[in-house]
Amino acid sequence: MTTSERNVVLHVDDVSKNFGGLHALSDIDLEVEEGQTHAIIGPNGAGKSTLLNVIIGRLAPSSGAVVFDGQVLTGRKPHQINQLGVARVFQTPEIFPELTVLQNVMVPAFAKRDGAFRVNILRNVAGEAALRDEAEAIIEDVGLSDRRLSHAGSLSRGDKRRMELAMCLIQHPRLLLLDEPTAGMSRHDTNTTIDLLKKIKARGMTKVIIEHDMHVVFSLADKISVLSGGRIIAEGLPDDVRGNIKVQEAYLGGAHRLEATH
Amino acid sequence: MALFQLSRRDALILAIFALVVITMPVWTAPFGANYPGLMQKFAIYAIFAIGFNILFGLTGYLSFGHAAFLGVGSYTAVWSFKLLTMDALPALLFAVLISGLFALAIGFLSLRRSGIYFSILTRAFAQMSYNLAYSVLTPITNGETSLQLTLQDPRLIDLALAPRGAGLPTASLFGMSLSGLSGFYFCAVVLLIAFFFAQKVFASPFGMMLRGIKSNQMRMSYTGFNTRPYALTAFVISGMYAGLAGALLAVTDPLAGAERMQWTASGEVVLMTILGGVGTLIGPVIGAWLIKYFENIFSSFNEGILGRFFDFVPAPLHDTVVAIASKFVGEGWQLTLGLLFVLVVVFLPGGIMEGVRRIGALFRRRGSPPKAGAMRVQPAE
Amino acid sequence: MDAILAQLLNGLDKGGAYALIALGLTLVFGTLGVVNFAHGALFMLGAFCAVSFRYLITLETVTVDPTQTTAWGTALEVRTPLAQTWFGDWGAVLIDWSVPLSILLAIPVMLLVGIVMERGLIKHFYKRPHAEQILVTFGLAIVLQEIVKAIFGPNPISQAMPSALRGAADVGALIGLAPGALTYPLWRLVYFLFSAGVIAAVFGFLRFTTFGMVVRAGMADRETVGLLGINIDRRFTIMFGLAAVVAGLAGVMYTPLLPPNYHQGMDFLVLSFVVVVVGGMGSLPGAVAAGFLLGILQSFASMNQIKSLLPGIDQIIIYLTAVVILLVRPRGLFGRRGMMEN
Repeated sequence: MTTSERNVVLHVDDVSKNFGGLHALSDIDLEVEEGQTHAIIGPNGAGKSTLLNVIIGRLAPSSGAVVFDGQVLTGRKPHQINQLGVARVFQTPEIFPELTVLQNVMVPAFAKRDGAFRVNILRNVAGEAALRDEAEAIIEDVGLSDRRLSHAGSLSRGDKRRMELAMCLIQHPRLLLLDEPTAGMSRHDTNTTIDLLKKIKARGMTKVIIEHDMHVVFSLADKISVLSGGRIIAEGLPDDVRGNIKVQEAYLGGAHRLEATH
Repeated sequence: MALFQLSRRDALILAIFALVVITMPVWTAPFGANYPGLMQKFAIYAIFAIGFNILFGLTGYLSFGHAAFLGVGSYTAVWSFKLLTMDALPALLFAVLISGLFALAIGFLSLRRSGIYFSILTRAFAQMSYNLAYSVLTPITNGETSLQLTLQDPRLIDLALAPRGAGLPTASLFGMSLSGLSGFYFCAVVLLIAFFFAQKVFASPFGMMLRGIKSNQMRMSYTGFNTRPYALTAFVISGMYAGLAGALLAVTDPLAGAERMQWTASGEVVLMTILGGVGTLIGPVIGAWLIKYFENIFSSFNEGILGRFFDFVPAPLHDTVVAIASKFVGEGWQLTLGLLFVLVVVFLPGGIMEGVRRIGALFRRRGSPPKAGAMRVQPAE
Repeated sequence: MDAILAQLLNGLDKGGAYALIALGLTLVFGTLGVVNFAHGALFMLGAFCAVSFRYLITLETVTVDPTQTTAWGTALEVRTPLAQTWFGDWGAVLIDWSVPLSILLAIPVMLLVGIVMERGLIKHFYKRPHAEQILVTFGLAIVLQEIVKAIFGPNPISQAMPSALRGAADVGALIGLAPGALTYPLWRLVYFLFSAGVIAAVFGFLRFTTFGMVVRAGMADRETVGLLGINIDRRFTIMFGLAAVVAGLAGVMYTPLLPPNYHQGMDFLVLSFVVVVVGGMGSLPGAVAAGFLLGILQSFASMNQIKSLLPGIDQIIIYLTAVVILLVRPRGLFGRRGMMEN
């Protein structure tokens, strides 16, 4: 357990990542405090997804380390990182298309309850009433109750994302990583998702969020880091970042404008 | 007790299945398939296919070398007969154990890779087993002549209880001989137990995790599951099923040859599973029965029978039709099998169970016109 | 030293066959993205092209020669092969050289077989999962081999090599060893040179023709080439035919070394897949290098000295190599990362 008074849960410590000669990430330092929503923004190709992949253990950093709650994540397998309490929503939904929505949400619940590996043949899934109730409650939360017996593969893209969010939420992760959670959603769905994420925030879950949509970022973030060219060029409270000249430049260079997307 | 609990639906299916299996000598009579040798095969290959389906159907790993475990099961059972006793239970027990260990070793290595690489690895291991069984392992397998009972077998337990009789003994269960119909009923009971266990796997959280691995292995990892031991467990279970089937083959006919490990045998169980319906409980059983039935019937056909069968064809064409048809039966049975393989994969990738479901859906739609919006909702199970 | 050289040579002909089959497999996989379990059957069909060709040119006409009588006093029946009736003494030469001449029959037949196979069945499986591709081509392989069995029977049909190529070449003398110290059957040498020639032809075709360049570009990035408005699919169909021809030629020329039998395709298929995997899925040079490498490895493993050291090693060496390569270096010798890992 970290004992600092700010209570930093996630510490990205001097991380660099090179692909061949390309410096995707250079000397990234990031501290995420417990219960906060930390947004990482930046133009396309700034290295946001690479950073997320390093945190979740999908990519090994070339140097530096990621520490979560006093545990070094670097070098651990994805399932070990998840078992420490880190869950992730992907940019393109990673779900179980052949299973029903209810089953999709129940599977992660088993990982939370039974651990990384357990041969449980004696019980029936149908007999797991407590898990089922919990899954149904969370499906209700994300607004998919009427689709809970549909095959997940038949859902719309927006519904798939919300289901994936439910799959993460049922694990009550201590840290939730969201990779553009509203990409491809209608304005209405985006607002529903923002409300949903605000609700989770009230529960005190720590979140790291990558997002293009500034409306989403400024609705949710407690703190914002701006990534450009693999470096953090600015960091601070949402209002500070909004006025930062360097950030404007980075976005203009990347053909995005804060005003336009706001 | 949780161990014996089944959902009401599964219990009903088991009851019906038990009825079907136990009454097999009755309902196979009209097809001319009611003799014990064939019905034993029905039961044994159903076990093989059910087990294979736990790996391929639930977990999504296509093994092309499962016949190796069948062979190991047969060899183990025959050795149990030769060294200890003709009683079937120790033979089954040892066969399941040894084939399980064998599957553990092969699975541990093969599961380091997925997709086609996994298929090739299992194929390579099976081919190695087959080649070795024919060559350097001859002291254990008796090579080309097959492992058989002899009059000099030690049979330590049997001979401690009773003096050696004249002639070769047959397998038994607590002193009851397991030949003919009693042999079939023994296999049938083992099949029912195997089926019940598969039902438990399908309905259990473990089974759901296996489905998750088949559906999206990466998501499973990021959801906190260590997927490899899950897949390995499925591999070992299916290897044990194969070993069990191999042991039963030895119980009904105490003989074990390397040809049981050949690629054709591995391919056959794949076909049984996809013909019946991959990932369904009943499908592999139906697939196994159909293939063993047709193999038996078709391979016993000859031109004489065909000539009578095609009597309705006018004379000028008659001989041609018979000549062509004869290529598909008897020795040519494999040709029919190959064609069936292609047709099923092309037109009915979900197998017979998929066909049944489609027909069922057709009738349901006719019964009540579909409501708007109801199209997209599919039942949970 | 001589023994090692001899084993090296011994591995070359088998290695050549492996390389040719694996080359076709890789072409099909690289262009069409299809895992073709029926590819070994094409090798087998090639072998039976040789059988058919020989059968055709040795068809006989029966004439009655009234000037001679048999012991029973009836007129003697004289059987003359058609080839001899038509070509006179050249006919006998034709028959003697029937195996290499079968290539003339094998090329159009195999091209046709390949194109029909691709258009009729394989093309429906481009978008289907690899497991289904494996299953359907596996079924097709059974069908093909059973058809051949139904026509030609279950027993191997041995094919004679041309009498001029029956001897052994004194390879040792060429490299300065004592005469007779290292001899090598001529036909095996021919097979090695033949396979090297076909391989060179395929690589040359891919490198120096426009068609080949498009195909190579398509192997690297199918979509982009498709965007250029080039009809990739038709070229890929022809590629499939070409791969069938290569496998068929490998089969034709192999007949004097292995009497054609209906199941040789399946025997070679597993080996060829192993070759492809060892070379690296999707790599043409890898397929060729691994083909020869495994052929030579197998020939070394069958040396008595090695066999007495490791009993049974000759039976499993190729599979063992595949297992080790797959586990230690899953990309194979030349393969790209992540190929077919699903």
